[in-house]
Amino acid sequence: MTAPLRLRALFLSLLILVLCLGAWQIAVSGSGATADMDPDYAKLMGQTATTGKSAMPSPLDVGKTIWGHLRDPFYVRGSNDKGIGIQLAYSLGRVTLGYLIAVLVAIPVGFLIGMSPLMGRALDPFIQLLKPVSPLAWMPLALYTIKDSGISSIFVIFICSVWPMLINTAFGVASVRKEWLNVARTLEVGPVRRAFTVILPAAAPTILTGMRISIGIAWLVIVAAEMLVGGTGIGYFVWNEWNNLSITNVITSILVIGVVGMILDQLLAQAQRAVTFPE
Amino acid sequence: MTDRFISVEGISKRYPAPGGRSTTIFEDLWLRVGQGEFVCVIGHSGCGKTTVLNILAGLDQPSDGAILVDGREIRGTSLDRAVIFQGHALLPWKTVLGNVAYAVSSRWRSAGRQEIEARAMRAIAKVGLAGAEHKRPSELSGGMKQRVGIARALAIEPKILLMDEPFSALDALTRGTLQEEARRICRETGQTVYMITHDVDEAIYLADKIVLMTNGPNAKIAEIVENPLPADRRQGDIHHDPNFYAVRNHLIDFLVSRSVTFRDAPPAGWDPRHPPVVRLGSAAAPAAEPASRAA
Ligand SMILES: Nc1ncnc2c1ncn2[C@@H]1O[C@H](COP(=O)(O)OP(=O)(O)OP(=O)(O)O)[C@@H](O)[C@H]1O
Ligand SMILES: [Mg+2]
Repeated sequence: MTAPLRLRALFLSLLILVLCLGAWQIAVSGSGATADMDPDYAKLMGQTATTGKSAMPSPLDVGKTIWGHLRDPFYVRGSNDKGIGIQLAYSLGRVTLGYLIAVLVAIPVGFLIGMSPLMGRALDPFIQLLKPVSPLAWMPLALYTIKDSGISSIFVIFICSVWPMLINTAFGVASVRKEWLNVARTLEVGPVRRAFTVILPAAAPTILTGMRISIGIAWLVIVAAEMLVGGTGIGYFVWNEWNNLSITNVITSILVIGVVGMILDQLLAQAQRAVTFPE
Repeated sequence: MTDRFISVEGISKRYPAPGGRSTTIFEDLWLRVGQGEFVCVIGHSGCGKTTVLNILAGLDQPSDGAILVDGREIRGTSLDRAVIFQGHALLPWKTVLGNVAYAVSSRWRSAGRQEIEARAMRAIAKVGLAGAEHKRPSELSGGMKQRVGIARALAIEPKILLMDEPFSALDALTRGTLQEEARRICRETGQTVYMITHDVDEAIYLADKIVLMTNGPNAKIAEIVENPLPADRRQGDIHHDPNFYAVRNHLIDFLVSRSVTFRDAPPAGWDPRHPPVVRLGSAAAPAAEPASRAA
């Protein structure tokens, strides 16, 4: 008798987690007090020298820090010292805004490209040229023209999330099955109704795939963008804590960024499942 | 007028071929279908049957010639001509009811939701799918999907029903049942039907007239066989009818050999504008006689 696969996988995951945390703990813990050392020198150097303790925090230190952040995520103590919750809210706000604008642009334009071979060919060189540009390369131009670091980050999010959605929408729309379009034609369905009742539902799974890729990229890029422009946001928080040499906070941020990215991806995956139809 | 409800007038279809030339799929087809007639088209794969049906539906255009329906030339698709597609072509994200209601709401644009659903439900019941209206196409068997396609076509009360091998993907038992139902429904409503089939027995059971097309390219309408079987024929025992084998042999002979020889060397006096009407069996003269109705 074997336990279900899910249960066994869960057990294995926990085991790997415990092993990793254990290895981490052992790697960073010190060797105990070092015997003969000038007490004044030891005092000067702190724990690192006296007990051989590594500068890397232990899992327990990180745990404590996370707990501290969780207890009070929204504190504000001056412009350079805000809770991790507030920083996350800034980043999420920018990502949401830039992403939504990208949706509003990419889906109609993608429809246009997918439905009109002429427009598809006309716009193709622009897409091919602009798509491979790293979104951060737009940052100086954005800062120069917009003159606001927050809006510039939103613009960068927009630019990086627009391409996958645009290309997927165009592809999804262009590959709607001919027979479904013929059904609409024989029923004398007008172009607008056809777009909403046949093309959109048929292309929705492909469009959602693009949207899911885009949200992933947007969340990757926001951290880098905020490190670059500073001020607020989870990216700035990471950079700031690095300047403070607070490795615990850096590790905490990495975990938080990972968790939020995972949640965003799962939300889109949920939406994708909702529009997917079995054939 | 009613014996010329559909009038196919000299249509051809050509596609460009490599070398700047063009391939002629079929050429100079003439055909008349009367109101309430059930016509089956038989011919080998690639001779252009689907192309003719698509032109009738308005989904495709002929390179030459025209088709008139009720005296008016076909320009584009129309709700008066419903198509039952070979691959059923149901919208997989809609339920059975949703698929049929989509057609109904396209026909009666200002109708209320209740009226649309009532009409859709009546069509669904007519094909024997009552109770399955909230299922999605993926949850249906092949026969059930084809029934939904029939319900969708009938629900809009078309003047002409166009069917492209509607039953060919089904098992023999389901096919038999569906043929029977299709014939009953079409007879009850006096439906004009243009249907493509590869199945000789199906054509003999369903059709009033069977149109024989030669092989492609350069396919022609060779002749039109009138079905000598009684109108009240029953599917289980058409093969007991004294005329059954005469018709069947004639059709099979055509498919096996004459479909090629006819294209390459049409018999003397054969006129594409008036393809001969063949009446077989004890009641009529055994040989073909040219149709001589004036245009
Ligand atoms: N877009 C096209 N370009 C060139 N040739 C085409 C095109 N569409 C169809 N044809 C040709 O037209 C011919 C007729 O096709 P059609 O689908 O009407 O045949 P069919 O009689 O319905 O055959 P089947 O019984 O296999 O369904 C075929 O030989 C096909 O190769
Ligand atoms: Mg065909």
